Amino acid sequence: MTAQATSIHKGWTFPLTLPRVVMLLLALAGIGVLGWRFAVGLGASTNLRDNFPWGLWIGFDMMTGVALAAGGFTMTFYIEVIGKERFHAFIRPAVLTAFIGYLLAIVGLLGDLGLPWRIYHPIYMWNLHSFMFEVAWCVILYTTVLFIEFLPIPLERFGLQKPLRLVRKIMPVFIVMGIILSTLHQSSLGSLFLMMGHRLHELWWSPIIPVHFLLTAICVGFAMVAFEAILGSWLLKHPLDSKLLGELMRPLPWLLLVTLAVRLGDLAVRGSLFAATEGSLQSWSFLVEMSLGLALPALLLFSRAWRESPGRLFSAVTLVVLGVILNRVNVSMIGMFTPNSTYIPAWSEWVVSVGLVTAGVLAVVFISENMPVHEEHEPQPAH
Amino acid sequence: MTNSSNYMGMLIDTTQCMGCRGCQVACKQWQELKAEKTTFFGGGGYQNPPDLSADTFTLITFTETEDENGLHWTFAKRSCMHCDEPACASVCPVGALTKEANGAVVYDADKCIGCRYCMLACPWSAPSYQWNSPVPFVRKCTLCNDRLQLGKAPACVSGCPTGALQFGRREDLLNEARARIAKHPDHYVDHIYGEKEAGGTGVIYLSAIPFSELGFPEVPHHKMSQDAEQVMKVIPWWVAGLGAVLTGTYALTERRKRIATETAAAESQAKQTGGEL
Ligand code: SF4
Ligand code: SF4
Repeated sequence: MTAQATSIHKGWTFPLTLPRVVMLLLALAGIGVLGWRFAVGLGASTNLRDNFPWGLWIGFDMMTGVALAAGGFTMTFYIEVIGKERFHAFIRPAVLTAFIGYLLAIVGLLGDLGLPWRIYHPIYMWNLHSFMFEVAWCVILYTTVLFIEFLPIPLERFGLQKPLRLVRKIMPVFIVMGIILSTLHQSSLGSLFLMMGHRLHELWWSPIIPVHFLLTAICVGFAMVAFEAILGSWLLKHPLDSKLLGELMRPLPWLLLVTLAVRLGDLAVRGSLFAATEGSLQSWSFLVEMSLGLALPALLLFSRAWRESPGRLFSAVTLVVLGVILNRVNVSMIGMFTPNSTYIPAWSEWVVSVGLVTAGVLAVVFISENMPVHEEHEPQPAH
Repeated sequence: MTNSSNYMGMLIDTTQCMGCRGCQVACKQWQELKAEKTTFFGGGGYQNPPDLSADTFTLITFTETEDENGLHWTFAKRSCMHCDEPACASVCPVGALTKEANGAVVYDADKCIGCRYCMLACPWSAPSYQWNSPVPFVRKCTLCNDRLQLGKAPACVSGCPTGALQFGRREDLLNEARARIAKHPDHYVDHIYGEKEAGGTGVIYLSAIPFSELGFPEVPHHKMSQDAEQVMKVIPWWVAGLGAVLTGTYALTERRKRIATETAAAESQAKQTGGEL
């Protein structure tokens, strides 16, 4: 698509409907509480303590935020690298969400770090044994890559042809790099927990936990694309080709099935499957994650009719998204409960998390309405 | 990294400890740690304060057990174990935690970014955090590294009146511990806690009752970073392999696209020329 093809006026629009005003207030509240957190320290602003040092900001804002941004690399892989050009229209929204998602995860991380003004330390203080070190580098590099993948959108918006051509030329390199970095980052968020065999419940701890993290990220990458496309068509009247979207979702039930099989197989091999029947909070949370987050949506999505009806597809992909959120929450929080240390986030932790999510939604909506994110015509076959 | 038998460590014989907490006080003084406001019976019976914290690097735990001879107290001095292969050091993204040649696992406050991964990775939850400070640091026992450099024993050892704490080369301490068990097999359980735990620790323990009853966690007998290292090894191969596959696939896709457009162009041209004829 060329800049001339975009039919967007040059002015900026952002109609302030009531829901948007509410979201704006929530976002501002989140930012305000985040500021307060720096004045009073983590002890007063969170329910974290020595026996529960990671909470909602790491478990939800960071880990879930990154997982939900997986649409970026799954779509560039499926559509650009494998070459399913007919789905071209789904790339830009996915890249936009990923970019905003990463920015928010970074803000969440800044809030959570004890000494966030030192966030650049891993650039020149190295520990190659540490998965946190790998995570830090992946965040830095992949956010840069996402920025470049996102660049054509504002460049087209402002009609900057020369840089646009340049970015297009170097794009393949960044697409390949972005996919490699994403697989590393998604998996290494799981690898962080390799060191917590003494703490993390056996239903989640596994020597191959990075594989589980990567597989669930790929699943939710697909699911998020449909989730957003359908939501956008309902609330923002974006054009939606439900048949095409249904077709794009064809690999999803298989991916869910593989994810489920690898997970259960892993547990069975290590003899931990029976822990699912122990009747504890963890076992119930695990069962919900497996059944409602993986098995049920897989079953539904094998039906073509289900995939091609926006309402039904929406219900299935919502299950996938919630299932992956639950997985990250289970690994980082519920699975880390011990008899003498449980954790419920403080009000301020909720306010920041909700604020960040709404800020992200607003950013995506604003950019969608003012920049060429959604293609209104079929893409031209050749450049 | 370090030669596990040649550095300094501490032998804690819980059967010789009378629970005076002289070590706790000595630690507070040398490390200049604030007193904590606590409540009597605030946790774990007479144990006070209830847990290690940013202001309590070492703590005497009080355990009551009962057998045919009646009630028994066991006192155990808990702190950082100064592991051979510290989990905390292996996970720290900026290398703020390191095992010194003298045996101390020390923390460089200038490097730390405050991610608190060390706290979660340590199987003994030894590192604590300054939760109430806007500029918080990780705090834990340093084995009095500053004193070691002056040729002195850690403050807690110097403050112990009964000899329940012994400071020395780890190898010598292990031999001493083995000798004590051999000499009094019915006095001690046949387990030197820390000899093998987490691949070996600088602080080792003797006890008359099983360590599980003292609330000591069961820790695997290999270095804690074993699983992580396995996965870490795969990463270069993954990057190289995936890089090759992606580049190859991408190139093929581009080629297919180019051929498709060329054919389309050729066809439309053929049609046009055909129309002219
Ligand atoms: S006991 Fe914990 S804090 Fe101390 S050296 Fe071992 S892993 Fe590190
Ligand atoms: S909190 Fe500090 S010392 Fe601990 S792992 Fe993070 S950077 Fe390292």
